[in-house]
Amino acid sequence: MSFTIAEKVLRAHSSAEEISPGQFIEANIDLIMVHEQLGGRIHLEYEKLGIDYVWDPNKIFFILDHWVPAPTINAARMHQDCIKFAEKYKFVHNMGIDKGICHQVLPELGFSRPGMLIVGSDSHTTTYGAFNCLSTGIGATDVSVVFATGQLWFKVPESIKVNLHGRLNKGVMSKDFILTMIGEISTKGAIYKALEFHGTGSSWLSIDSRMTVANMVVEAGAKFGIFLSDEKLKSWLSQRTNQSYKFVKPDEKAEYEKELNYNLSNIVPVVAKPSNPGNIATIEEVQGEEIDQAFLGSCTNGRMEDLRIAAKILKGKKINPKTKLIITPASKEIYMNAIAEGLIEIFMNAGAVVTHSTCGACIGGHLGVLGPDERCISSTNRNFVGRMGDPTSEVFLASPATVAASALTGKISDPREVL
Amino acid sequence: MGDIEGQIYILGDDINTDDIVPSYILTERDPNEMAKHTLEVIDPNFSQKSTMRSIIVGGSNFGTGSSREEAVNVFKILGIKAIVAKSFSRIYFRNLINNGLAGIECDWEEGTFSDGDKVQISIDKGIIFNKTKDVKLKFKKLPQFLKEILDSGGILNQVKNKLK
Ligand code: SF4
Repeated sequence: MSFTIAEKVLRAHSSAEEISPGQFIEANIDLIMVHEQLGGRIHLEYEKLGIDYVWDPNKIFFILDHWVPAPTINAARMHQDCIKFAEKYKFVHNMGIDKGICHQVLPELGFSRPGMLIVGSDSHTTTYGAFNCLSTGIGATDVSVVFATGQLWFKVPESIKVNLHGRLNKGVMSKDFILTMIGEISTKGAIYKALEFHGTGSSWLSIDSRMTVANMVVEAGAKFGIFLSDEKLKSWLSQRTNQSYKFVKPDEKAEYEKELNYNLSNIVPVVAKPSNPGNIATIEEVQGEEIDQAFLGSCTNGRMEDLRIAAKILKGKKINPKTKLIITPASKEIYMNAIAEGLIEIFMNAGAVVTHSTCGACIGGHLGVLGPDERCISSTNRNFVGRMGDPTSEVFLASPATVAASALTGKISDPREVL
Repeated sequence: MGDIEGQIYILGDDINTDDIVPSYILTERDPNEMAKHTLEVIDPNFSQKSTMRSIIVGGSNFGTGSSREEAVNVFKILGIKAIVAKSFSRIYFRNLINNGLAGIECDWEEGTFSDGDKVQISIDKGIIFNKTKDVKLKFKKLPQFLKEILDSGGILNQVKNKLK
């Protein structure tokens, strides 16, 4: 038998001898990530089970990131419920409120490694696929099942092979690629599927860039978005963990539902217009549209590579005085590195507001909520109605380079012209 | 599982979890209070209307977006008994079944359903009967594995039995 990466990892985590798409299996979970949802529905659901233990307190990664530090009394109470739960069940990996956004911090600390099966109480848990493992988002009830048993049911997905060729041009980022792909296959183009990224194009991509792609596969409906292993990944992991791992390769004769091919050198800057991540337009089609706010941050694009390109664009310049630029590094580690590199100073001199690491504006929670009719260009992953604030506000999704270039002019602008 | 009957409320394609439970109400501690805001960015009167409607009929990619299970729970609180859609997003579908709320995938054509139609759904037979329009529609029956979760009233009931 030949297997895709998804099939291999699921097989290795279940007692099923054979495995094929469509089959239901029970799989053993290596790690579960939980954030504020713990104080939302999870603790309420878990109480229903009436047990006083979790299956393995060492396999739970707990972090507070969406509303930190608490901007409202309700958020503070949610945090209190989370912390109480984490103490009661003796969670070993309790990250508190200061580390940053879950999907950045977990890999940074070496918790996502090749071959693992990871789930999380957040749809963008797919991000860890950049590290050659299977990871996906689940709801509160599923989290409770994992807490109690360490297992979860899965339907073995069909896989789509995405072959990437060529290299991205200057001013074009992996965000432009994944948005282009979602525009083409649509937001339902990969529902229930595993996307496997192959080809020389994917090995050109930095780990930061791969995380952006894996982060957004869920916007096409995918269950997993998995990158193959290579030297780049190996060297990244060597700085992050001393735990052992084994790379997972698909078999040569593995069966795919279909193949998609992209030449990265043909990708141009794009944006997702309101109010759907699949509503893609090229920069030429939308440039000149006025914006009130530009947001650079989130688990999609708040990493060093993102801050560096924005700093390159903003260095020594001032943003449009009518435009608000908000920059939220994805983790404390990134924030501190950006200070050390002098990026934060560049941002502040340009007129940006730099915030601590949190989901913040991405979810319309705090630190950059949009008012009625305001328009924002954002490096995040969702532009649904009301996502970043008032239901009449509008969000355009774009790369960090496009966000920075647009902050300068107050209009959606092509980053290639200022780089 | 017995038949489900009720009046339908129609929704379009790509109804996302932010539409169902907006982020700004996610930190609300009282689920009943949260339920009052269900779908308000699409229809401010939805929670009142839903006392008359117990079945939702949506388009494709229903429930796309975040993993927030609140987006299933508010429908349960409002008395919704089934959601029919052309397709569901993965996490949302799991959340429905895991919570014992029937998620029915049925590729219906324009004109098959209108807002307020009375329908009867047989989960076991895989048939939706639109009584108002006198039309019968077949859908792919749920796999046994999922039907068992539904029949136990949600997966936590199954887990409870397993732990005993
Ligand atoms: S940054 Fe945005 S998308 Fe990422 S986990 Fe936070 S709220 Fe979700």
